[in-house]
Amino acid sequence: MDILAVLSVAIRGALGPEAAIYALAAIGLNMHFGYTGLLNFGQVGFMLVGAYGTAISVLSFGFPLWAGVLVGMACAVVLALILGVPTLRLRGDYLAIATIAAAEVLRYVYRSSFAEPVTGGVYGLVQFAGSFYELNPFSGPLELGPLRFGDRALWLMTVAWGITLLAAVLVWLLIHSPWGRVLRAVREDEEAARSLGKNVFAYKMQALVLGGVLGALAGALLAINSQAITPDAFIPIITFYLWTIMILGGASRVLGPIIGSIVFWFLLTFLDAFLRGAMSAGWIPGGLLVPSDIGAVRFAAVGLGLMLLMMFRPAGLIGNRKELRLDVR
Amino acid sequence: MTARLWAALAAVLLGLFLGAGLPGGTPAAAVPTTVVSAAEEAAESVQGTLRDPDREPIEGVTVTVTQDGAEIGSATTDAEGTWAVPLPGPGAYTVTLDVAGLPEGVAPRTEGGEVLDGVQVRAGASQGVIFQLGTGEVDEGGGGVPVGRVLQLVVDGIKFGAIIAITAVGLSLVFGTTKLINFAHGEFVTIGAVAAYFLSTSPGNLPIILAAVLAMAVGGAVAGGFEVTLWRPLRRRGAGLIQMFIVAIGLSLLLRHLVLIIFGSRRQQYDEYSLQTALTLGPVRITPRDLIITVLAFVIMVAVAVMLQRTRIGTAMRAVNDNRDLAEASGIDVQRVILVVWVLGGALAAIGGVFLGLTQAIYSEMGFELLLLMFAGVILGGLGSAYGAMLGSLVIGLVSQLSTLWFPASLAYMWALLVMILVLLVRPQGILGRRERVG
Repeated sequence: MDILAVLSVAIRGALGPEAAIYALAAIGLNMHFGYTGLLNFGQVGFMLVGAYGTAISVLSFGFPLWAGVLVGMACAVVLALILGVPTLRLRGDYLAIATIAAAEVLRYVYRSSFAEPVTGGVYGLVQFAGSFYELNPFSGPLELGPLRFGDRALWLMTVAWGITLLAAVLVWLLIHSPWGRVLRAVREDEEAARSLGKNVFAYKMQALVLGGVLGALAGALLAINSQAITPDAFIPIITFYLWTIMILGGASRVLGPIIGSIVFWFLLTFLDAFLRGAMSAGWIPGGLLVPSDIGAVRFAAVGLGLMLLMMFRPAGLIGNRKELRLDVR
Repeated sequence: MTARLWAALAAVLLGLFLGAGLPGGTPAAAVPTTVVSAAEEAAESVQGTLRDPDREPIEGVTVTVTQDGAEIGSATTDAEGTWAVPLPGPGAYTVTLDVAGLPEGVAPRTEGGEVLDGVQVRAGASQGVIFQLGTGEVDEGGGGVPVGRVLQLVVDGIKFGAIIAITAVGLSLVFGTTKLINFAHGEFVTIGAVAAYFLSTSPGNLPIILAAVLAMAVGGAVAGGFEVTLWRPLRRRGAGLIQMFIVAIGLSLLLRHLVLIIFGSRRQQYDEYSLQTALTLGPVRITPRDLIITVLAFVIMVAVAVMLQRTRIGTAMRAVNDNRDLAEASGIDVQRVILVVWVLGGALAAIGGVFLGLTQAIYSEMGFELLLLMFAGVILGGLGSAYGAMLGSLVIGLVSQLSTLWFPASLAYMWALLVMILVLLVRPQGILGRRERVG
């Protein structure tokens, strides 16, 4: 097995467009959980409306792609309002179940047969982001030693990492504003914030909308990345990935989700490539694992990682333990 | 499973394969799969098995495949009810069933159901096609609601709800005693079903009843094992509830995919009782297996209730549930009670998994899919209340089945989840829950 090849695959995974997209969605989640203390387990729902908002406006209404992305973000605002009104008054753990259920409800609706004329049902939608790739300024692949990025991936990486960094800057500015301080006050002690005359519900709602919009933007980028979306790509596991990324990097840190995403995707693609290499080299007996099991091993590893992180290092790589009291409020 | 549910399942598969063009109100869509038979190289074909509502194969019926009006080929079903028509290439085809060849009292479930338009066949694929056959009473599709159908769905709903209920009791009791929302509870359901599968098939070949009892022991042991090795140390360290909740999510991911690696991704059936002739009781049809499962589920619920009310450990559970500190102060060994709750919850989830596997199928996602319905039932009834969990789960089972009267069956779970969100909106403590701050 060529360890250098495995490493280069892993580095490509860590820097690739998916890492940027997940980082962006995790920044949204960080807004919810890290700064406001909302247990949102339905972030994938925001990604879903962002992706479908984009694709449907382009395919069904003939909007230009940029307008489609805006529509996707607007859908996230609507979703946040609909979701927030009944659930934001609930205790944390109830909120978690309500949000995961809401995301599943959305997935069922988008894949149902009556929505098929618009959403494509279980088959989803394809080929709606051609105009994005027409703008591609890169003409050839970039090669750095064993690393190789195609021109399409390069263009998408530029845009996705650019947006992610912009989002991080935005979050940094917001968190260091008076608004951000109230947000953290809500997280630390809702009653105290309320006693100072702050409208806690409004602040929570604003955070939910903002984080949701970032999630929708990530969803739109995910749709553009693959040029094909199906509702079943937006399963609860995606939300769990995002949680792992956020906690790995360090919740309530601006750079936490970005570092988390890079490390997460490095480890995940490394594991993947390593297992494939080890299997083809015959290191793993066929009776133990077959190549089709690799996906399952990956998910199991994420689960184990999430457990161990939460048990032994809930503050993640760069988190501040004092910032993160993990208890139901 | 009743004939109607089988038909619904068949329709689900049909919806998958066909996608568009289904008559309104027919259920559609599940996990996308295409039957690709390895034996038939790269040649395209359509194939299927014709069964009557009692799952008996129908022989001697002609199926014709056309494309743009031109006949491509036809086939007649054999003794197993199977038919196959080879095709010249991938594309969209129309598959027509010769209704005249059907036995008496069997007809397509919907008007025009004998013609399936736009069957998409991909390159090299052997495309499965399913005709939904019923007893000849054509659904009027959205018009009136037939009483017989309502009763049938009520029975199906009670059966499904009872299975959710016995699995959800453990979830609710664990929450009541430890305040942990156990996200991994669905995995106990899967582990129970899978354990019984391995025990009841070769090399063990145990009868399913014995396998089910052993599966309960496995479920209880797994749940109790995690309590001792994971949850108790975490509680000792003073871990926060959110922290434990996220650990439970990680555990759920880990267990589910370990099961996937061991069990494989195929849906399986138990060897015994997989095909049964339905009993007809007035307007309602139910297989003896489903009847026994429903009755057993209720017996288990009553047994749990008696245990909670009458036995020492049951009283202790309720005491810890009510007020942990007070229970501890009055000399109850809280850690032991919690362990018993976990073992009980795991065993109940495991037997629920066996029931679910018997009525539907065994696959690694089955518990996780049920989990959200369990949450719905538990929240509807009131978190922490065992009786609430039973009541709420029955309501959830009924809601999900009765919704298919008006809406596609693929959305049945969605209605159950919407009911939960609605309940959180108007009465967050649930039907039987204690009034406390949940907001």
